[in-house]
Amino acid sequence: MIEVSKIRADFPLFAQPENRDLVYLDSAATTHRPRQVLEAIDEFYRRDNANPHRGAYRLAERATTAYESARSRVAAFIGAGRSEEVVFTRNATEAVNLVAWGWAERHVREGDEIIVTELEHHSNLVPWQMVAQRRGAKLRFLEFDQAGNLDPVQLEGLLSERSRLLAITQVSNALGTINPLRPFIDKAHAAGALVLVDGAQSVPHTAVDVRALDADFLVFSGHKMLGPLGIGVLYAKIEHLEAMEPFLFGGDMISSVGYHSSEWNDVPWKFEAGTQNVAGAVGLAAAMDYLDGIGMEAVAEHDRRLTRLAVEKLAPIDQLHLYGPMPERGPVVSFNLATIHPHDLATFLDQKGIAIRSGHHCAQVVMRKLGLAATARASFYLYNDEQDVERLVTGLLQAKDYFKKWL
Amino acid sequence: MALDELYQEVLLDHYKQPRNKGVLAEPDIRLELKNPFCGDEILLTLKMAEGRVAEAAFEGHGCVISQASASVMTEKIKGLRVEEVAAIADQFTHLVREGKYERPEGEEFDEIEAFAGVCEFPTRVKCAMLAWRTLLQGLKEHGGREHLHDHHAHGAEGETPNRG
Repeated sequence: MIEVSKIRADFPLFAQPENRDLVYLDSAATTHRPRQVLEAIDEFYRRDNANPHRGAYRLAERATTAYESARSRVAAFIGAGRSEEVVFTRNATEAVNLVAWGWAERHVREGDEIIVTELEHHSNLVPWQMVAQRRGAKLRFLEFDQAGNLDPVQLEGLLSERSRLLAITQVSNALGTINPLRPFIDKAHAAGALVLVDGAQSVPHTAVDVRALDADFLVFSGHKMLGPLGIGVLYAKIEHLEAMEPFLFGGDMISSVGYHSSEWNDVPWKFEAGTQNVAGAVGLAAAMDYLDGIGMEAVAEHDRRLTRLAVEKLAPIDQLHLYGPMPERGPVVSFNLATIHPHDLATFLDQKGIAIRSGHHCAQVVMRKLGLAATARASFYLYNDEQDVERLVTGLLQAKDYFKKWL
Repeated sequence: MALDELYQEVLLDHYKQPRNKGVLAEPDIRLELKNPFCGDEILLTLKMAEGRVAEAAFEGHGCVISQASASVMTEKIKGLRVEEVAAIADQFTHLVREGKYERPEGEEFDEIEAFAGVCEFPTRVKCAMLAWRTLLQGLKEHGGREHLHDHHAHGAEGETPNRG
Protein backbone atom coordinates (compact mmCIF):
# COMPACT_ATOMS: atom_id res chain seq x y z
CA MET A 1 0.00 0.00 0.00
CA ILE A 2 1.26 3.44 -0.87
CA GLU A 3 1.24 5.99 1.91
CA VAL A 4 0.15 9.02 -0.04
CA SER A 5 0.97 11.56 2.68
CA LYS A 6 4.57 10.34 2.71
CA ILE A 7 4.74 10.44 -1.07
CA ARG A 8 3.30 13.95 -1.24
CA ALA A 9 5.96 15.16 1.18
CA ASP A 10 8.51 14.29 -1.53
CA PHE A 11 6.90 16.68 -4.02
CA PRO A 12 7.86 20.31 -3.34
CA LEU A 13 5.20 21.63 -5.70
CA PHE A 14 2.40 20.58 -3.38
CA ALA A 15 4.00 22.48 -0.49
CA GLN A 16 4.11 25.85 -2.27
CA PRO A 17 1.65 28.41 -0.93
CA GLU A 18 0.11 28.77 -4.41
CA ASN A 19 -0.64 25.04 -4.52
CA ARG A 20 -1.72 24.31 -0.97
CA ASP A 21 -5.29 23.71 -2.04
CA LEU A 22 -4.46 21.96 -5.30
CA VAL A 23 -6.14 18.74 -6.31
CA TYR A 24 -4.06 17.77 -9.33
CA LEU A 25 -5.92 15.37 -11.61
CA ASP A 26 -4.01 15.84 -14.85
CA SER A 27 -1.06 13.48 -14.55
CA ALA A 28 -1.90 11.93 -17.92
CA ALA A 29 -0.78 15.29 -19.35
CA THR A 30 2.28 15.72 -17.18
CA THR A 31 3.29 14.71 -13.68
CA HIS A 32 5.14 16.55 -10.92
CA ARG A 33 8.65 15.72 -9.76
CA PRO A 34 9.82 14.46 -6.40
CA ARG A 35 12.77 16.23 -4.78
CA GLN A 36 14.91 13.14 -5.51
CA VAL A 37 14.57 13.87 -9.22
CA LEU A 38 15.13 17.61 -8.80
CA GLU A 39 18.20 16.94 -6.65
CA ALA A 40 19.67 14.50 -9.18
CA ILE A 41 19.35 17.11 -11.92
CA ASP A 42 20.78 19.78 -9.65
CA GLU A 43 23.67 17.58 -8.62
CA PHE A 44 24.53 16.79 -12.22
CA TYR A 45 24.81 20.48 -13.07
CA ARG A 46 26.65 21.30 -9.84
CA ARG A 47 29.13 18.42 -9.89
CA ASP A 48 29.34 16.50 -13.18
CA ASN A 49 28.41 18.93 -15.94
CA ALA A 50 30.42 18.70 -19.15
CA ASN A 51 29.77 17.68 -22.73
CA PRO A 52 29.65 13.87 -22.76
CA HIS A 53 31.56 11.73 -25.29
CA ARG A 54 33.91 14.60 -26.04
CA GLY A 55 36.34 15.86 -23.44
CA ALA A 56 39.49 13.95 -22.50
CA TYR A 57 39.35 15.17 -18.92
CA ARG A 58 37.86 13.52 -15.87
CA LEU A 59 34.90 15.89 -15.57
CA ALA A 60 33.79 15.00 -19.10
CA GLU A 61 34.21 11.34 -18.24
CA ARG A 62 31.85 11.79 -15.31
CA ALA A 63 29.29 13.49 -17.56
CA THR A 64 29.59 10.61 -20.04
CA THR A 65 29.19 8.10 -17.24
CA ALA A 66 26.14 9.93 -15.93
CA TYR A 67 24.52 9.90 -19.36
CA GLU A 68 25.34 6.31 -20.22
CA SER A 69 24.39 5.08 -16.76
CA ALA A 70 21.01 6.72 -17.31
CA ARG A 71 20.70 4.75 -20.54
CA SER A 72 21.42 1.50 -18.70
CA ARG A 73 18.93 2.47 -16.02
CA VAL A 74 16.21 2.98 -18.64
CA ALA A 75 17.07 -0.34 -20.31
CA ALA A 76 16.74 -2.15 -16.98
CA PHE A 77 13.45 -0.38 -16.19
CA ILE A 78 11.77 -1.63 -19.37
CA GLY A 79 13.49 -5.00 -19.51
CA ALA A 80 15.58 -4.28 -22.61
CA GLY A 81 18.33 -6.83 -23.22
CA ARG A 82 21.01 -4.20 -23.81
CA SER A 83 21.37 -0.51 -23.21
CA GLU A 84 22.24 0.14 -26.88
CA GLU A 85 18.56 -0.50 -27.60
CA VAL A 86 17.66 2.72 -25.78
CA VAL A 87 17.75 5.98 -27.75
CA PHE A 88 17.14 9.24 -25.92
CA THR A 89 14.75 11.67 -27.60
CA ARG A 90 12.91 14.80 -26.45
CA ASN A 91 9.67 12.94 -25.84
CA ALA A 92 7.48 10.09 -27.10
CA THR A 93 6.40 12.16 -30.10
CA GLU A 94 9.99 12.59 -31.29
CA ALA A 95 10.56 8.88 -30.74
CA VAL A 96 7.63 8.02 -33.05
CA ASN A 97 8.96 10.48 -35.62
CA LEU A 98 12.40 8.88 -35.40
CA VAL A 99 10.85 5.53 -36.32
CA ALA A 100 8.79 7.19 -39.06
CA TRP A 101 11.85 8.82 -40.66
CA GLY A 102 14.53 6.33 -39.69
CA TRP A 103 12.72 3.07 -40.29
CA ALA A 104 9.50 3.61 -42.28
CA GLU A 105 11.14 5.87 -44.84
CA ARG A 106 13.39 2.95 -45.79
CA HIS A 107 11.06 0.01 -45.28
CA VAL A 108 7.58 1.16 -46.28
CA ARG A 109 6.96 1.11 -50.01
CA GLU A 110 4.17 2.09 -52.32
CA GLY A 111 1.11 -0.07 -51.75
CA ASP A 112 2.26 -1.16 -48.29
CA GLU A 113 -0.04 -0.78 -45.35
CA ILE A 114 0.33 0.67 -41.87
CA ILE A 115 -2.26 -0.28 -39.28
CA VAL A 116 -3.09 2.30 -36.64
CA THR A 117 -5.72 1.88 -33.94
CA GLU A 118 -8.53 4.38 -33.53
CA LEU A 119 -7.41 4.89 -29.95
CA GLU A 120 -4.12 6.53 -30.83
CA HIS A 121 -2.98 9.90 -29.57
CA HIS A 122 -2.22 12.28 -32.45
CA SER A 123 1.47 11.61 -31.88
CA ASN A 124 1.02 7.98 -32.96
CA LEU A 125 -1.26 8.83 -35.86
CA VAL A 126 -0.08 11.98 -37.63
CA PRO A 127 3.49 10.72 -38.27
CA TRP A 128 1.96 7.64 -39.97
CA GLN A 129 -0.38 9.79 -42.05
CA MET A 130 2.73 11.61 -43.27
CA VAL A 131 4.60 8.36 -43.98
CA ALA A 132 1.59 7.09 -45.93
CA GLN A 133 1.50 10.30 -47.97
CA ARG A 134 5.23 10.35 -48.64
CA ARG A 135 5.58 6.66 -49.43
CA GLY A 136 2.28 6.04 -51.20
CA ALA A 137 1.28 3.62 -48.47
CA LYS A 138 -2.18 3.07 -47.06
CA LEU A 139 -3.34 3.62 -43.49
CA ARG A 140 -5.79 1.09 -42.10
CA PHE A 141 -7.60 1.49 -38.82
CA LEU A 142 -8.24 -1.03 -36.11
CA GLU A 143 -11.58 0.08 -34.69
CA PHE A 144 -12.60 0.11 -31.04
CA ASP A 145 -16.00 -1.10 -29.89
CA GLN A 146 -18.62 0.79 -27.89
CA ALA A 147 -16.83 0.15 -24.63
CA GLY A 148 -13.56 1.39 -26.10
CA ASN A 149 -11.88 -1.99 -26.54
CA LEU A 150 -9.91 -3.39 -29.47
CA ASP A 151 -10.40 -6.91 -30.78
CA PRO A 152 -7.37 -8.97 -31.90
CA VAL A 153 -9.63 -10.99 -34.19
CA GLN A 154 -10.45 -7.79 -36.09
CA LEU A 155 -6.75 -7.20 -36.48
CA GLU A 156 -6.47 -10.50 -38.35
CA GLY A 157 -8.86 -9.11 -40.95
CA LEU A 158 -6.61 -6.11 -41.50
CA LEU A 159 -3.30 -7.93 -41.68
CA SER A 160 -1.89 -9.08 -45.00
CA GLU A 161 1.45 -9.51 -46.70
CA ARG A 162 1.32 -5.76 -47.36
CA SER A 163 1.24 -4.88 -43.65
CA ARG A 164 4.48 -3.30 -42.53
CA LEU A 165 3.64 -1.89 -39.11
CA LEU A 166 1.05 -1.93 -36.36
CA ALA A 167 1.03 1.27 -34.26
CA ILE A 168 -0.81 0.60 -31.01
CA THR A 169 -1.05 2.25 -27.63
CA GLN A 170 -0.78 0.21 -24.47
CA VAL A 171 -3.13 2.50 -22.55
CA SER A 172 -5.45 5.05 -24.17
CA ASN A 173 -4.94 8.59 -22.89
CA ALA A 174 -8.52 9.50 -23.77
CA LEU A 175 -10.52 6.48 -22.61
CA GLY A 176 -8.15 4.58 -20.35
CA THR A 177 -8.46 1.38 -22.39
CA ILE A 178 -5.75 -1.12 -21.45
CA ASN A 179 -4.79 -3.12 -24.52
CA PRO A 180 -3.58 -6.63 -23.72
CA LEU A 181 -0.76 -6.31 -26.23
CA ARG A 182 0.58 -9.80 -26.64
CA PRO A 183 -2.16 -11.23 -28.92
CA PHE A 184 -2.01 -8.12 -31.13
CA ILE A 185 1.77 -8.26 -31.35
CA ASP A 186 1.82 -11.99 -32.08
CA LYS A 187 -0.72 -11.65 -34.88
CA ALA A 188 1.16 -8.72 -36.42
CA HIS A 189 4.43 -10.65 -36.26
CA ALA A 190 2.82 -13.72 -37.80
CA ALA A 191 1.88 -11.54 -40.77
CA GLY A 192 5.40 -10.14 -41.00
CA ALA A 193 4.61 -6.68 -39.62
CA LEU A 194 6.54 -4.87 -36.91
CA VAL A 195 4.83 -3.33 -33.88
CA LEU A 196 5.33 0.09 -32.34
CA VAL A 197 3.89 0.41 -28.85
CA ASP A 198 2.99 3.82 -27.44
CA GLY A 199 3.89 3.46 -23.78
CA ALA A 200 3.37 7.10 -22.79
CA GLN A 201 0.45 6.19 -20.51
CA SER A 202 1.58 2.71 -19.50
CA VAL A 203 5.29 2.87 -18.65
CA PRO A 204 4.64 5.41 -15.84
CA HIS A 205 1.95 3.27 -14.25
CA THR A 206 2.78 -0.38 -14.64
CA ALA A 207 5.77 -2.67 -15.08
CA VAL A 208 6.49 -2.95 -18.80
CA ASP A 209 8.86 -5.61 -20.12
CA VAL A 210 9.70 -5.12 -23.78
CA ARG A 211 11.06 -8.63 -24.16
CA ALA A 212 8.01 -10.26 -22.60
CA LEU A 213 5.86 -8.15 -24.95
CA ASP A 214 8.15 -8.86 -27.91
CA ALA A 215 7.61 -5.22 -28.98
CA ASP A 216 9.75 -3.98 -31.85
CA PHE A 217 9.52 -0.35 -30.79
CA LEU A 218 8.38 1.25 -27.54
CA VAL A 219 8.12 5.00 -27.02
CA PHE A 220 7.47 7.02 -23.87
CA SER A 221 8.08 10.42 -22.25
CA GLY A 222 9.96 11.15 -19.05
CA HIS A 223 7.70 13.96 -17.89
CA LYS A 224 4.67 11.67 -17.55
CA MET A 225 6.59 9.49 -15.06
CA LEU A 226 8.02 12.00 -12.56
CA GLY A 227 10.99 12.79 -14.81
CA PRO A 228 11.90 16.15 -16.29
CA LEU A 229 10.39 17.73 -19.37
CA GLY A 230 12.28 17.33 -22.62
CA ILE A 231 13.51 13.77 -22.26
CA GLY A 232 11.89 10.77 -23.91
CA VAL A 233 12.84 7.31 -25.03
CA LEU A 234 12.75 5.15 -28.09
CA TYR A 235 13.38 1.50 -27.37
CA ALA A 236 13.93 -0.62 -30.46
CA LYS A 237 15.22 -4.12 -30.97
CA ILE A 238 18.88 -3.83 -31.93
CA GLU A 239 18.34 -5.32 -35.40
CA HIS A 240 15.80 -2.61 -36.20
CA LEU A 241 18.10 0.14 -34.99
CA GLU A 242 20.86 -1.32 -37.16
CA ALA A 243 18.51 -1.15 -40.14
CA MET A 244 17.52 2.47 -39.49
CA GLU A 245 18.95 5.70 -40.84
CA PRO A 246 19.33 8.78 -38.66
CA PHE A 247 17.09 11.75 -39.43
CA LEU A 248 19.03 14.35 -37.50
CA PHE A 249 22.59 14.92 -38.60
CA GLY A 250 25.49 16.72 -37.02
CA GLY A 251 27.91 16.33 -34.16
CA ASP A 252 28.44 13.20 -32.09
CA MET A 253 26.36 11.03 -34.41
CA ILE A 254 29.26 10.50 -36.83
CA SER A 255 32.32 8.25 -36.79
CA SER A 256 34.19 10.00 -39.58
CA VAL A 257 33.48 13.09 -41.63
CA GLY A 258 34.98 13.94 -44.99
CA TYR A 259 34.40 16.93 -47.22
CA HIS A 260 31.47 15.40 -49.05
CA SER A 261 30.33 12.41 -47.05
CA SER A 262 30.45 10.95 -43.58
CA GLU A 263 30.04 7.72 -41.75
CA TRP A 264 27.68 7.23 -38.89
CA ASN A 265 28.49 6.36 -35.35
CA ASP A 266 27.23 3.08 -33.86
CA VAL A 267 23.73 2.67 -32.51
CA PRO A 268 22.27 4.24 -30.49
CA TRP A 269 24.56 7.27 -30.77
CA LYS A 270 23.99 7.74 -34.47
CA PHE A 271 20.44 8.78 -33.58
CA GLU A 272 21.54 11.34 -31.01
CA ALA A 273 22.90 14.27 -33.00
CA GLY A 274 24.19 17.30 -31.15
CA THR A 275 24.68 17.80 -27.45
CA GLN A 276 22.02 15.83 -25.66
CA ASN A 277 19.79 16.57 -22.66
CA VAL A 278 22.12 14.83 -20.22
CA ALA A 279 20.50 16.32 -17.12
CA GLY A 280 17.17 15.16 -18.50
CA ALA A 281 18.45 11.61 -18.84
CA VAL A 282 19.90 11.77 -15.32
CA GLY A 283 16.56 13.06 -14.02
CA LEU A 284 14.66 10.30 -15.81
CA ALA A 285 16.94 7.66 -14.28
CA ALA A 286 16.29 9.19 -10.85
CA ALA A 287 12.53 9.05 -11.53
CA MET A 288 12.87 5.36 -12.35
CA ASP A 289 14.84 4.82 -9.13
CA TYR A 290 12.09 6.59 -7.24
CA LEU A 291 9.31 4.51 -8.86
CA ASP A 292 11.21 1.26 -8.35
CA GLY A 293 11.81 2.26 -4.73
CA ILE A 294 8.06 2.25 -4.26
CA GLY A 295 7.60 -0.70 -6.58
CA MET A 296 5.75 -0.61 -9.88
CA GLU A 297 3.34 -3.26 -8.61
CA ALA A 298 2.40 -0.97 -5.71
CA VAL A 299 2.08 2.02 -8.07
CA ALA A 300 -0.15 0.02 -10.40
CA GLU A 301 -2.30 -1.24 -7.53
CA HIS A 302 -2.67 2.28 -6.11
CA ASP A 303 -3.72 3.70 -9.49
CA ARG A 304 -6.16 0.82 -10.02
CA ARG A 305 -7.74 1.32 -6.61
CA LEU A 306 -8.17 5.07 -7.06
CA THR A 307 -9.52 4.70 -10.60
CA ARG A 308 -12.02 2.08 -9.46
CA LEU A 309 -13.10 4.38 -6.63
CA ALA A 310 -13.48 7.33 -9.01
CA VAL A 311 -15.59 5.31 -11.44
CA GLU A 312 -17.68 4.03 -8.52
CA LYS A 313 -18.29 7.54 -7.18
CA LEU A 314 -18.85 9.26 -10.50
CA ALA A 315 -21.14 6.69 -12.13
CA PRO A 316 -24.16 7.32 -9.85
CA ILE A 317 -24.10 11.11 -10.40
CA ASP A 318 -27.24 11.96 -12.32
CA GLN A 319 -26.57 12.93 -15.93
CA LEU A 320 -22.89 12.07 -15.69
CA HIS A 321 -21.70 10.08 -18.69
CA LEU A 322 -18.55 8.01 -18.36
CA TYR A 323 -16.61 6.91 -21.41
CA GLY A 324 -14.29 3.97 -21.82
CA PRO A 325 -14.09 0.43 -20.53
CA MET A 326 -15.55 -0.43 -17.10
CA PRO A 327 -14.34 -0.96 -14.52
CA GLU A 328 -10.77 -2.01 -15.40
CA ARG A 329 -8.86 0.75 -17.09
CA GLY A 330 -5.76 2.86 -16.87
CA PRO A 331 -5.85 5.74 -14.37
CA VAL A 332 -7.84 7.95 -16.72
CA VAL A 333 -11.53 8.77 -16.32
CA SER A 334 -13.20 10.61 -19.21
CA PHE A 335 -16.68 11.97 -18.73
CA ASN A 336 -19.26 14.64 -19.45
CA LEU A 337 -21.67 16.14 -16.95
CA ALA A 338 -25.14 16.91 -18.31
CA THR A 339 -24.75 19.45 -21.10
CA ILE A 340 -22.08 21.46 -19.32
CA HIS A 341 -19.25 21.98 -21.76
CA PRO A 342 -16.02 20.42 -20.41
CA HIS A 343 -14.34 23.83 -20.64
CA ASP A 344 -16.94 25.45 -18.46
CA LEU A 345 -16.68 22.52 -16.08
CA ALA A 346 -12.88 22.80 -15.93
CA THR A 347 -13.05 26.54 -15.26
CA PHE A 348 -15.54 25.96 -12.44
CA LEU A 349 -13.50 23.15 -10.86
CA ASP A 350 -10.35 25.25 -11.12
CA GLN A 351 -12.03 27.81 -8.88
CA LYS A 352 -12.30 25.02 -6.32
CA GLY A 353 -8.62 24.17 -6.72
CA ILE A 354 -9.25 21.08 -8.83
CA ALA A 355 -7.20 20.73 -12.01
CA ILE A 356 -8.74 18.47 -14.66
CA ARG A 357 -8.22 18.32 -18.40
CA SER A 358 -10.92 19.32 -20.84
CA GLY A 359 -10.94 19.00 -24.58
CA HIS A 360 -10.19 16.32 -27.13
CA HIS A 361 -7.00 15.09 -25.41
CA CYS A 362 -5.11 15.03 -28.71
CA ALA A 363 -7.30 12.10 -29.74
CA GLN A 364 -9.76 13.63 -32.18
CA VAL A 365 -10.39 10.31 -33.89
CA VAL A 366 -11.65 8.92 -30.57
CA MET A 367 -13.90 11.97 -30.11
CA ARG A 368 -15.24 11.72 -33.66
CA LYS A 369 -16.03 8.05 -33.22
CA LEU A 370 -17.94 8.76 -29.99
CA GLY A 371 -19.69 11.73 -31.59
CA LEU A 372 -18.22 14.11 -29.03
CA ALA A 373 -16.48 17.44 -29.35
CA ALA A 374 -14.78 17.13 -26.02
CA THR A 375 -14.75 15.41 -22.66
CA ALA A 376 -13.60 16.25 -19.16
CA ARG A 377 -10.82 13.98 -17.94
CA ALA A 378 -9.47 13.21 -14.50
CA SER A 379 -6.26 11.19 -14.27
CA PHE A 380 -4.47 9.85 -11.24
CA TYR A 381 -1.01 9.02 -10.01
CA LEU A 382 0.77 7.97 -6.86
CA TYR A 383 0.39 11.36 -5.15
CA ASN A 384 -3.43 11.32 -5.43
CA ASP A 385 -5.65 9.86 -2.73
CA GLU A 386 -9.29 9.19 -1.87
CA GLN A 387 -9.73 12.76 -0.69
CA ASP A 388 -8.87 13.99 -4.17
CA VAL A 389 -11.63 11.79 -5.59
CA GLU A 390 -14.04 13.09 -2.93
CA ARG A 391 -13.14 16.69 -3.75
CA LEU A 392 -13.75 15.97 -7.44
CA VAL A 393 -17.18 14.47 -6.71
CA THR A 394 -18.14 17.42 -4.48
CA GLY A 395 -16.88 19.84 -7.12
CA LEU A 396 -18.94 18.15 -9.82
CA LEU A 397 -22.09 18.32 -7.73
CA GLN A 398 -21.45 22.01 -7.04
CA ALA A 399 -20.83 22.61 -10.75
CA LYS A 400 -24.12 20.97 -11.61
CA ASP A 401 -25.88 23.23 -9.17
CA TYR A 402 -24.06 26.34 -10.39
CA PHE A 403 -24.86 25.66 -14.04
CA LYS A 404 -28.39 24.33 -13.53
CA LYS A 405 -30.04 27.42 -14.93
CA TRP A 406 -27.76 27.14 -17.95
CA LEU A 407 -28.85 23.61 -18.84
CA MET B 1 -16.79 35.56 -6.87
CA ALA B 2 -14.75 35.73 -10.07
CA LEU B 3 -16.82 32.95 -11.61
CA ASP B 4 -19.92 35.14 -11.57
CA GLU B 5 -17.94 37.83 -13.38
CA LEU B 6 -17.33 35.29 -16.13
CA TYR B 7 -20.76 33.71 -16.29
CA GLN B 8 -22.91 36.82 -16.43
CA GLU B 9 -26.66 36.94 -17.02
CA VAL B 10 -26.17 38.41 -20.47
CA LEU B 11 -24.16 35.33 -21.45
CA LEU B 12 -26.77 33.04 -19.96
CA ASP B 13 -29.46 34.71 -22.01
CA HIS B 14 -27.50 34.40 -25.26
CA TYR B 15 -26.37 30.86 -24.48
CA LYS B 16 -29.89 29.63 -23.80
CA GLN B 17 -31.49 31.54 -26.62
CA PRO B 18 -28.81 32.10 -29.20
CA ARG B 19 -29.62 34.82 -31.73
CA ASN B 20 -29.04 34.24 -35.42
CA LYS B 21 -28.38 30.55 -34.99
CA GLY B 22 -28.40 28.75 -38.31
CA VAL B 23 -26.91 28.87 -41.76
CA LEU B 24 -27.80 31.54 -44.32
CA ALA B 25 -28.73 30.42 -47.82
CA GLU B 26 -26.43 31.71 -50.55
CA PRO B 27 -24.13 33.62 -48.24
CA ASP B 28 -21.45 35.98 -49.53
CA ILE B 29 -19.10 34.79 -46.83
CA ARG B 30 -18.98 31.30 -45.40
CA LEU B 31 -16.22 30.26 -43.07
CA GLU B 32 -15.70 27.50 -40.57
CA LEU B 33 -13.10 27.72 -37.82
CA LYS B 34 -12.13 25.34 -35.07
CA ASN B 35 -10.72 26.01 -31.66
CA PRO B 36 -7.81 23.57 -31.58
CA PHE B 37 -7.74 23.75 -27.79
CA CYS B 38 -11.10 22.09 -27.30
CA GLY B 39 -12.36 21.07 -30.70
CA ASP B 40 -15.17 23.63 -30.69
CA GLU B 41 -16.36 24.60 -34.13
CA ILE B 42 -18.21 27.53 -35.60
CA LEU B 43 -19.66 28.00 -39.05
CA LEU B 44 -20.31 31.64 -39.82
CA THR B 45 -22.34 32.80 -42.80
CA LEU B 46 -22.74 36.46 -43.80
CA LYS B 47 -24.64 38.33 -46.44
CA MET B 48 -23.08 41.60 -47.51
CA ALA B 49 -24.68 44.62 -49.14
CA GLU B 50 -22.94 47.83 -50.14
CA GLY B 51 -19.96 47.20 -47.91
CA ARG B 52 -22.13 46.44 -44.92
CA VAL B 53 -23.01 43.24 -43.10
CA ALA B 54 -26.62 42.70 -44.11
CA GLU B 55 -27.19 39.41 -42.33
CA ALA B 56 -25.12 37.18 -40.09
CA ALA B 57 -25.73 33.70 -38.72
CA PHE B 58 -23.68 31.12 -36.86
CA GLU B 59 -23.88 27.39 -36.39
CA GLY B 60 -21.75 25.22 -34.18
CA HIS B 61 -21.26 23.88 -30.74
CA GLY B 62 -19.10 24.81 -27.83
CA CYS B 63 -18.85 26.20 -24.36
CA VAL B 64 -20.93 28.99 -22.85
CA ILE B 65 -18.29 31.59 -23.64
CA SER B 66 -17.85 30.69 -27.31
CA GLN B 67 -21.57 30.31 -28.00
CA ALA B 68 -22.67 33.48 -26.21
CA SER B 69 -19.86 35.39 -27.88
CA ALA B 70 -21.01 34.23 -31.32
CA SER B 71 -24.61 35.15 -30.56
CA VAL B 72 -23.77 38.65 -29.28
CA MET B 73 -21.43 39.19 -32.23
CA THR B 74 -23.96 38.34 -34.92
CA GLU B 75 -26.42 40.82 -33.41
CA LYS B 76 -23.84 43.48 -32.95
CA ILE B 77 -22.42 43.55 -36.46
CA LYS B 78 -25.61 43.62 -38.48
CA GLY B 79 -25.84 46.76 -40.57
CA LEU B 80 -22.27 47.82 -39.87
CA ARG B 81 -19.63 48.70 -42.42
CA VAL B 82 -16.58 46.46 -42.62
CA GLU B 83 -14.32 49.05 -40.96
CA GLU B 84 -16.82 49.49 -38.13
CA VAL B 85 -16.82 45.73 -37.61
CA ALA B 86 -13.03 45.82 -37.43
CA ALA B 87 -13.16 48.58 -34.82
CA ILE B 88 -15.57 46.63 -32.64
CA ALA B 89 -13.49 43.48 -33.02
CA ASP B 90 -10.54 45.54 -31.81
CA GLN B 91 -12.51 46.73 -28.79
CA PHE B 92 -13.66 43.21 -28.03
CA THR B 93 -10.12 41.84 -28.29
CA HIS B 94 -8.83 44.41 -25.80
CA LEU B 95 -11.76 43.71 -23.55
CA VAL B 96 -11.28 39.96 -23.29
CA ARG B 97 -7.50 40.13 -23.11
CA GLU B 98 -7.01 43.09 -20.85
CA GLY B 99 -10.44 43.86 -19.45
CA LYS B 100 -10.28 47.35 -21.00
CA TYR B 101 -13.33 48.92 -22.54
CA GLU B 102 -14.08 52.53 -23.21
CA ARG B 103 -17.76 53.09 -23.44
CA PRO B 104 -18.48 55.85 -25.93
CA GLU B 105 -19.86 58.94 -24.26
CA GLY B 106 -23.63 58.98 -23.89
CA GLU B 107 -23.90 55.29 -24.78
CA GLU B 108 -25.62 52.78 -22.55
CA PHE B 109 -24.31 49.38 -21.42
CA ASP B 110 -23.19 47.38 -24.38
CA GLU B 111 -23.65 43.63 -24.30
CA ILE B 112 -20.07 43.02 -25.26
CA GLU B 113 -19.08 44.50 -21.88
CA ALA B 114 -20.48 41.35 -20.34
CA PHE B 115 -17.34 39.60 -21.56
CA ALA B 116 -15.04 41.73 -19.39
CA GLY B 117 -14.68 38.86 -16.91
CA VAL B 118 -12.95 36.68 -19.51
CA CYS B 119 -9.62 38.46 -19.00
CA GLU B 120 -9.36 36.88 -15.55
CA PHE B 121 -9.42 33.46 -17.23
CA PRO B 122 -6.60 33.47 -19.81
CA THR B 123 -7.36 29.93 -20.98
CA ARG B 124 -10.83 31.08 -22.01
CA VAL B 125 -9.79 34.04 -24.19
CA LYS B 126 -9.69 31.68 -27.17
CA CYS B 127 -13.27 30.63 -26.53
CA ALA B 128 -14.46 34.24 -26.56
CA MET B 129 -12.41 35.07 -29.65
CA LEU B 130 -13.40 32.10 -31.82
CA ALA B 131 -16.42 33.74 -33.47
CA TRP B 132 -14.61 37.05 -33.91
CA ARG B 133 -11.57 35.40 -35.44
CA THR B 134 -13.84 33.58 -37.86
CA LEU B 135 -15.57 36.84 -38.73
CA LEU B 136 -12.36 38.76 -39.34
CA GLN B 137 -10.85 36.00 -41.42
CA GLY B 138 -14.06 35.70 -43.44
CA LEU B 139 -14.15 39.44 -44.12
CA LYS B 140 -10.47 39.44 -45.01
CA GLU B 141 -10.93 36.63 -47.49
CA HIS B 142 -13.91 38.46 -48.91
CA GLY B 143 -11.73 41.43 -49.73
CA GLY B 144 -11.93 43.71 -46.73
CA ARG B 145 -8.21 43.37 -46.30
CA GLU B 146 -7.42 47.08 -46.24
CA HIS B 147 -9.62 47.57 -43.18
CA LEU B 148 -8.30 44.75 -41.11
CA HIS B 149 -5.22 43.98 -39.12
CA ASP B 150 -3.59 40.64 -39.62
CA HIS B 151 -3.06 39.79 -36.00
CA HIS B 152 -6.76 39.52 -35.27
CA ALA B 153 -7.37 36.74 -37.69
CA HIS B 154 -4.62 34.63 -36.20
CA GLY B 155 -5.12 35.46 -32.58
CA ALA B 156 -1.50 34.78 -31.77
CA GLU B 157 -0.87 37.66 -29.46
CA GLY B 158 -1.89 37.13 -25.86
CA GLU B 159 -3.27 33.70 -26.57
CA THR B 160 -0.94 30.84 -25.89
CA PRO B 161 -1.12 28.15 -28.55
CA ASN B 162 -2.86 25.18 -27.10
CA ARG B 163 -3.13 22.58 -29.74
CA GLY B 164 -3.35 18.90 -29.10
